[in-house]
Amino acid sequence: MSLLTIQDLTVEFPTRRQLFTAVDHASLSVEPGEIHGLVGESGAGKSTIGAAVMGLLERPGRIASGQIKLGGDQISGIDAEAMRGLRGKKISMIFQDPLTSLNPLFTVREQLVETIQAHLGGSEAEAGKRARDLIDRVGIPDPDTRLDQYPHQFSGGMRQRVVIALALCTEPDVIIADEPTTALDVSVQAQILGLIKELAQERQVGVILITHDMGVIADTTDRVTVMYAGKVVESGTTAQVMGQPQHEYTKSLIAAVPRPTLKLHRFPQISYGGRETRFAIEDMARHWPKVDNDTSKPVLEIRNLTKKFLQRRGLLPWDRTYFTAVDEVSFDIQAGEVFGVVGESGSGKSTVARMIAGLYPVDGGTIDFQGKRVSDLRNRAVQDEYRKNIQMIFQDPYSSLNPRMRVDEIVAEPIRHHRLMDRADIKRRVDELLDQVGLGHEAGLKYPHEFSGGQRQRISIARALATQPRFLICDEPTSALDVSIQAQILNILKDLQEHLGLTMLFISHDLPVVRQMCDRVAVMKQGQIVEVQETSDLFSNPQTEYTQELLRLMPQLDDLSTDGLGMEAE
Amino acid sequence: MTETMETPKAAPKSRMAKFWDSDFAWSFRHSPVAVIASLVVVVLLLVAVFAPLIAPHNPFDPATLNLMNGFTPPGTPNAFTQETFLLGTDDQGRDVFSTILYGLRISLFVGVSAVLLALIIGVILGLVAAYFGGWIETLIMRIADVQLTFPAILVAMLIFGIAKGITPPEYRNEMAIYVLIIAIALSDWVQFARVVRGAALVEKNKEYVQAARLIGRGSFPIMFRHILPNVLSPVLVIATISLALAIIAEATLSFLGVGAPPTQPSLGTLIRIGQGFLFSGEWWILFFPACTLLALALSVNLLGDWLRDALNPKLR
Repeated sequence: MSLLTIQDLTVEFPTRRQLFTAVDHASLSVEPGEIHGLVGESGAGKSTIGAAVMGLLERPGRIASGQIKLGGDQISGIDAEAMRGLRGKKISMIFQDPLTSLNPLFTVREQLVETIQAHLGGSEAEAGKRARDLIDRVGIPDPDTRLDQYPHQFSGGMRQRVVIALALCTEPDVIIADEPTTALDVSVQAQILGLIKELAQERQVGVILITHDMGVIADTTDRVTVMYAGKVVESGTTAQVMGQPQHEYTKSLIAAVPRPTLKLHRFPQISYGGRETRFAIEDMARHWPKVDNDTSKPVLEIRNLTKKFLQRRGLLPWDRTYFTAVDEVSFDIQAGEVFGVVGESGSGKSTVARMIAGLYPVDGGTIDFQGKRVSDLRNRAVQDEYRKNIQMIFQDPYSSLNPRMRVDEIVAEPIRHHRLMDRADIKRRVDELLDQVGLGHEAGLKYPHEFSGGQRQRISIARALATQPRFLICDEPTSALDVSIQAQILNILKDLQEHLGLTMLFISHDLPVVRQMCDRVAVMKQGQIVEVQETSDLFSNPQTEYTQELLRLMPQLDDLSTDGLGMEAE
Repeated sequence: MTETMETPKAAPKSRMAKFWDSDFAWSFRHSPVAVIASLVVVVLLLVAVFAPLIAPHNPFDPATLNLMNGFTPPGTPNAFTQETFLLGTDDQGRDVFSTILYGLRISLFVGVSAVLLALIIGVILGLVAAYFGGWIETLIMRIADVQLTFPAILVAMLIFGIAKGITPPEYRNEMAIYVLIIAIALSDWVQFARVVRGAALVEKNKEYVQAARLIGRGSFPIMFRHILPNVLSPVLVIATISLALAIIAEATLSFLGVGAPPTQPSLGTLIRIGQGFLFSGEWWILFFPACTLLALALSVNLLGDWLRDALNPKLR
C-alpha cells in the first residue's frame, strides 16, 4: 500500500471576483523510499498540493473535493489539533530558503532537541544524542562544535543540511521538499539532492520533491508528475516521462530546457496553450540604423578592473577592512559577439556588469568603449554618449519596472532623457517598440503589475532598445523565469544579436544557457577570471580544474527526450 | 502565467467605475467602521467650511451678543429674553453651537496645514537621507533623534514661545495661528522622515532605480519621479493618524493658553473657557466642544487605522 495517496484533490481559493481553482482533480501517490517529483511552471499548483498535504493552506484556500491519505488514514479535513500532531511527526517539510526556516535566536541543538522532545518525548540527553547523530549523518563536519552554533554561522548549503536533519529528526513517513535547492549554487545543489536521495533510501521515507527544474527531476526522482494550470497532465516513471513524453505540454516543456551537450540555433516554438508571442525582429531591423561591426579591434576593453566593498567601517583609514569583489579582471569584447561570464554566487560577475554599466564606480583599472575611456564617471560628454549606447536587462522582472509608472512612460523615459525626439515621435516610437516585442501598443496604457513575468521582461527589452543601443548587458535575464518563457526570451536575445548586430555581455550561473547563448565565455571565481575560451572549446576541453568541476556538476540531461530539437541543432 | 494578451473588455470602464471596482474601494465599502468614520469626518469638514452659512449667530460679532443670554442651558428658553439655544450659551451669551462650528474651522485649518507642512519637510528630508546616505543621512537622522527625545508638546511650546518673543506685539494675535501651525509641524516631521527613509532604503536597491540610473537620470529625478511614488502609501497612513494627533496637539496648546487666541477660539480654547464653569453647573460650555473634538479625533484615527490595513498587502 502506498505511503501517501492523493485522490482527486481539488483546492479552491474563493476571491471576491471569482473562484480560483489552484489544483484541479489531481491524484498522485508516494511509496516508501521513493522520491516523487512534482514539476510545473509557476502557478501550476504544485506548491499548493504540498501545502494541502501539510494542512497549511493559506486562507481563504480550501480543499473542495478529494482525499489525502497517509498510510491508509484520511488526513484531509481532520481538525487542526489532530493535524498538528501529524505535522512535523509523520510529515515534515523542507522549504526553499533555509535561512527563514530556522529560528535565528536558537542554536541548532536547541531547535533539534525541542522538536525531538515535542514529538518523541524522552530525556534531554537522549534527544541531544539523537541530534548529534543526525547532524553527523547529514554530513556536517565536526558535529560536536557545530551543534552549539547559531544558524547564521552556517553557509547556505550547511543550513539546508540542518533543515534536512530537522525534517528527519522525528522519523517522519513523508517529507515534502518545496524547491529545496533553488536558492543554492550548482555545486551545493548536487550535494543536497544526493543527500536527500540517500536518506530516502536508507530510512524508507517517501519524498515529494516540488521543483520547476527539469535537471533536478531527471537526476533525482524515481517517478514524476507534471502539472499545468492546476491539472496533472502526465505522470509516470521519470525515465518514461522525460524520455518519451506523451502529452503535448510535457513535450514542449522538455524541448524548452537548454541542453549542455546540444547547441541549438533557436529553441523550438512552444505550441501548447497558445503561449507563443510574436517578436517582430524583421520589422525592428528595418528601422534600425545600419552599423557595420568593425571586428578588427574590440568594442569594449577592460583592463585590471577592481572593485572593493567596505566591510568594516572605521573612522581611521587603517581601521577599515575591504572585501575585494572583483580583482584585476581584464578581457575584451569584440563587436557583434555575445560574451558570457559565468560563476557561482559571490564570484563577482554581477559586480563586473554593474561597473561596466556605470552603476558602481571602479576602484581600479579602466573600461574603454569604442576607444573612449568610460570608467571616468566625471567626463559628462563621454558618459552621455556612452549611456545612449549601452543598456541593461535585469534579472528580476518584478522589480526592474517602476510599479507606479505606466508602461509607455517606462519605455519612453530613456528617449525623453536623452532628448532624441519630440513628443509626437516619442509616442510613435513607443507604440512601435511595444508592437515589435509582441505586447501590442495598447499595453502602453497599463501598469507593470498587469503583466506576467515573461511579458515584463519584454517591456524591459523594449525599454533597453528605446535608444537604439549598440551594447546590451544581460544580468541573469532569465533566471527568474519559467523554462518555457526563458526559451522565448533567449530566442529574442539571439534575434537581437543576429539581426541588429548588437554586442552582448551575458552574465549567468547556468552553464547550459551559456552554451546556447554565448560565443566566448569567461569563468569567474572569487573575483578573478580563471579561464576565457570559445564556448565550444570550454565545454569540450576545459583548461582549469575549477571549470572541470563546474562542468561535472552540471545536470547532464542525457535522458531527456530530444524530440523536435534535431531541426534546430547547429 | 499565460503569455497571451488578455482579450480587451467589451466596453472600456471609466476612471470612476474602475476605482469603485478596485480592491481598495471594495474593502472600504465592507468596513462599517471606515464608512461611519469617514461620514463623521466629511460632515465635520462640511460644517466647518460652511460655518458662516449654518451658524445661527456669529459668536465673534459683539453686536449680535446679548449679555442677558449668558449661561442659558441647552434647549430651554432663557429666563430674561425667552430665546432658545440648541446647545446653550456661555458666560457672555455666545451660542455654544455657533462657537463650536467656528472653533472646528480653526482646529481643522491648523491640523491640516500643520500635517501638510510636516509631511513636506519629513518626506524631503527622509528621501534625501536615504538616497545620499553618508554624512547627510547621519546629520538628518541625528537631528530627528534629538528632537524625538523631547515631548512634542514641549517642542511646540518652545517654538511658540520663541516666535512670540520675536514678533511685534501688534501682530501677535494675527500671527498666533501660523506660529501654531509651524510649531506643530516642526514637532511632527520626524516620523514622516523616518518612515520615508526606511521605505526609500528598500526601494533604492530595487532594479528599476538601477535602470533609471543606467539611462543617466540624475539624483533628483530618480528621488522624486521614481522612489517617491513608491513610498507614498505609508506616508498617507501616517498623515491621517498625525492629523488626529495634530488636532489634539493644537487643542492641548490652546488649552494651555499658548495656542489660538480668544479672538479666534479653536476647540481647545473653547474647552479651556468651558472648564472654568464645569464645577458651577454650566457643564454644557465644556461638554459639547469636548465631544466634537473627541468625535473628530476618533474618526480620523479610525480612518487612519483602516487605511493602514487596506494599504498593507500582507494583511489583504
